Amino acid sequence: METFFFDGEDITNLPPQQRVLKGMGFVPQTNNIFPSLTVQENLEMGAFIDQKNINEMLEYVYDLFPILKDKKNQDAGELSGGQRQQVAVGRALMTKPKLLMLDEPSAGVSPIIMESLFTKIKQIANQGTAVLMVEQNAKQALKISDLGFVLSQGKNLFTDSGNSLLANKEVRQAFLGG
Amino acid sequence: MDFLNGITLIANYIVIPGLTYGSQLALGALGITIIYSVLRFSNFAHGEFMSFGAMSSIILSWLFVSLGFTFYPFPTAIIVLPIAIVLTISYCIIIDKVIFKFYRKQNSKSVINLIVSIGVMFFTGGLIRFIVGPGDKNFFDGERFILKARTFKNITGLNEGLTLKTTQGITIILSVLLVILLFWFLNKTKTGKSMRAYSDNKELAMLSGINPEKVVLITWIITGTLACVAGTLYGLDKSYKPFTYLHLVLPIFSAAIVGGVGNPVGAIIGGFVIAFSELIITFAYKKIFFYFLPSNFVPEGLLQILSTDYKIAISFLMLVLVLLIKPTGIYKGKII
Amino acid sequence: MSNASRIKFLYILMTITLLLVGFFQSWNVALTIFNLCLISSIMTLGINIQWGNAGIVNFGVMGFAALGGLANIIISMPPTQNAWKVGGEIIIIGLLVFTLSIIFSILLFKKSNLNNKIKYLISFAFIISGYFIMRLLVDAPIEKIEAIEPAKTGYLGGFNLPVLLSWPVGGLLAAFSAFIIGKISLGLRSDYLAIATLGISEIIIYFLKNEDWLSRGVKNVNGLPRPVPYEIELQSKEWVLKVSDNLNIPITELSSIIVKLSYSILFSVVLLIVLFLLEIAVKSPWGRMMRAIRDNEVSANAMGKNIKQRHLQVFIIGSAIVGLAGAMLTTLDGQFTPVSYQPLRYTFLIWIMVIVGGSGNNFGSIIGGFLIWFFWVQSEPFGLWFISQITTYISDTSIIKSHLLENAAHIRLMFMGMILLITLRFAPKGLIPEVKR
Repeated sequence: METFFFDGEDITNLPPQQRVLKGMGFVPQTNNIFPSLTVQENLEMGAFIDQKNINEMLEYVYDLFPILKDKKNQDAGELSGGQRQQVAVGRALMTKPKLLMLDEPSAGVSPIIMESLFTKIKQIANQGTAVLMVEQNAKQALKISDLGFVLSQGKNLFTDSGNSLLANKEVRQAFLGG
Repeated sequence: MDFLNGITLIANYIVIPGLTYGSQLALGALGITIIYSVLRFSNFAHGEFMSFGAMSSIILSWLFVSLGFTFYPFPTAIIVLPIAIVLTISYCIIIDKVIFKFYRKQNSKSVINLIVSIGVMFFTGGLIRFIVGPGDKNFFDGERFILKARTFKNITGLNEGLTLKTTQGITIILSVLLVILLFWFLNKTKTGKSMRAYSDNKELAMLSGINPEKVVLITWIITGTLACVAGTLYGLDKSYKPFTYLHLVLPIFSAAIVGGVGNPVGAIIGGFVIAFSELIITFAYKKIFFYFLPSNFVPEGLLQILSTDYKIAISFLMLVLVLLIKPTGIYKGKII
Repeated sequence: MSNASRIKFLYILMTITLLLVGFFQSWNVALTIFNLCLISSIMTLGINIQWGNAGIVNFGVMGFAALGGLANIIISMPPTQNAWKVGGEIIIIGLLVFTLSIIFSILLFKKSNLNNKIKYLISFAFIISGYFIMRLLVDAPIEKIEAIEPAKTGYLGGFNLPVLLSWPVGGLLAAFSAFIIGKISLGLRSDYLAIATLGISEIIIYFLKNEDWLSRGVKNVNGLPRPVPYEIELQSKEWVLKVSDNLNIPITELSSIIVKLSYSILFSVVLLIVLFLLEIAVKSPWGRMMRAIRDNEVSANAMGKNIKQRHLQVFIIGSAIVGLAGAMLTTLDGQFTPVSYQPLRYTFLIWIMVIVGGSGNNFGSIIGGFLIWFFWVQSEPFGLWFISQITTYISDTSIIKSHLLENAAHIRLMFMGMILLITLRFAPKGLIPEVKR
């Protein structure tokens, strides 16, 4: 049995809710919004257990994703795929997490949307939130990554900065399609 | 004058009864829809929960009357309603803790929960008959009418009378208040929003720190309240007989499905659609034609689409039609 | 305990229980219970093949049973002569017109490629006009028929054929309506299907309650012919008198025992035939496929199995069995009383039998039918006994005691609920679980 630490604390046996409280924000790959709640309500649900920074964080998320502010009273289920992802990321940001974990944020969105989503993710990271992301679109993801891991068959094969991994011949041949 | 008489006729025989019965169905359907959207099963015991609520009101009002507390012109049952609501909620919560919770923890299929709810229906039905007996009970003791037919005729000078029974007035007003309260709760409060979130996406709700057991508790509180009020109003309006509540389950399900299961707005609309179609389809239009057409055009016969004997069957007919044409109901999708 | 020994144990237990009732209460009571146990277990078999093998929730038991009952009237009652003279045929024509208008709209819906709105409009118009044409045709003759000696007839009557024929006909009637109901509702999710079938069965009952020209409605049809001799006839038979003397049983009691025993034999034969056929069906590839569909609809679908067709088949077969049992029940009662059809007694009680007996096991269904019917009948006196026991120390004049005793009979609903809930909690597979094949 392995033990997992977050910020020096043992979190192995903590239920998901408690981990959220410890500062871990998580965006699942699918079903990551509340479709019949409005955009604003989705974000409020993100801050359900910890409401102290709610207004400040709402503003932060709306600054980050201005389109959400325009649509804040619309049902999240009516939004486009890219906008839904923004809602999902925004929801996870609401507790002001120390670490934001994203499971395939680009799944099911168009390349252009993905491009801008990655820009935003980079922006989040630059503003001081650690971002851990699992991605199939390795090239684009590595471009914005400080540190990349290449996982294959349950093993960590390479660890390096994003750009070095992109430059690594072996990685390119085996995983990035030449 | 004929025109006004015709309008009065429609108001008296269709609009007022429709609004009353529609409100009762709507409150019932809301209860079913809320259980469905949060706990994910069709609760066949809901009719008996309504009956339990009505029974509580009856016993409490007997108690109050025997102690000398009456509140003329209001029926005592309305005054004791809050206590009856608390009793009904407690019963719902006990049933949930003893019975439904087990299957929720097991993640049982919804059809298993449905069969479980039939067990609860039997048990509750038996319990109620055991406590108050199967007989007919009239527990209305206030002023009977807000508006009497004769008073209306005297004031307006029309041939047709318009009656508004106190129970009808109370039903409509109380339903409107309760629905407003419910929607305010669901849309404006943090707990209400968390309930909607839970029904929308259980996993994400738990990930956001929403406590499932708390949501379930609130759900039963709301359901118990709705059931008690709906049951009491129905009993006040018609007269209370435990047996009838079993038969009320189906029109209520019809209302919920016609409106779109899982959608509170749909449940309300469904209730009124069912109530009004029952009245419109079984209404004898002869008199209407008498007022609206020149006398030599009035056809013979009662001019009923279906005999009044089929009144309740119409709700099942509507149900079948909706399932055939649009199984998702009038309001598609789930809101709660 | 293995299934085989469970079956042995429970069947022996049930037999002993019924014998005890015979010895200590009376043989008449024991046989009355036994006959209804037989009928209940046939109904249970019908629902079990649908739920246990295909996962179909049919809450329409009441309706199918009532249609079986209707078959008794149509087959065995003498025709009301004048009824056919004043327009019996016109009613049939009227019904045909309405049926045709429905069939036409369905065809229009399936075959034409008009846009949806127009389709709805045209078929709606068709059905509505079909309905009103029917009303124009049938209203007058119905009134006339219902006016013919309303205290005695006032309905079309039947074909005056042997009443035993009404059993298969009842099955067919139920099968035919199951075909229509299945076409309408089998595509629905399981809980919608439950509600829809329950609703449709209520519509059937409403129809039988109100269409006096067909079923005499709430006036009931009494005096249905019997497939077995009447007590009075028996009492004058020499051999009966002899047996009565030898066994020292009063002649009236003996004759009624013989009548009930004859029913028991008839019902047992039917039960055995139904059981035999169902066992063959369940073990056949058809039955295996049915369970495969139940257990994994997605993969069965992917393997190219026509799920809807299969479900329709099993829905028809199961409902036909219920109709057959319903016809037998009405024959046993000797009268058709539409008001007696209550979902609690028919639909939900039968479901408790299926669940308690063991979903997916025919032998379980039979024992479920027996046990639950036995409890249903005996829990009323038991409830009374129970209450009088716990209130022994309360003074006889107390209001509470008299109130409790008065309502004690209703304890049986609570018992039934508890039996179902306890089974679901502690033995969800029932007394005799499904055999893994």
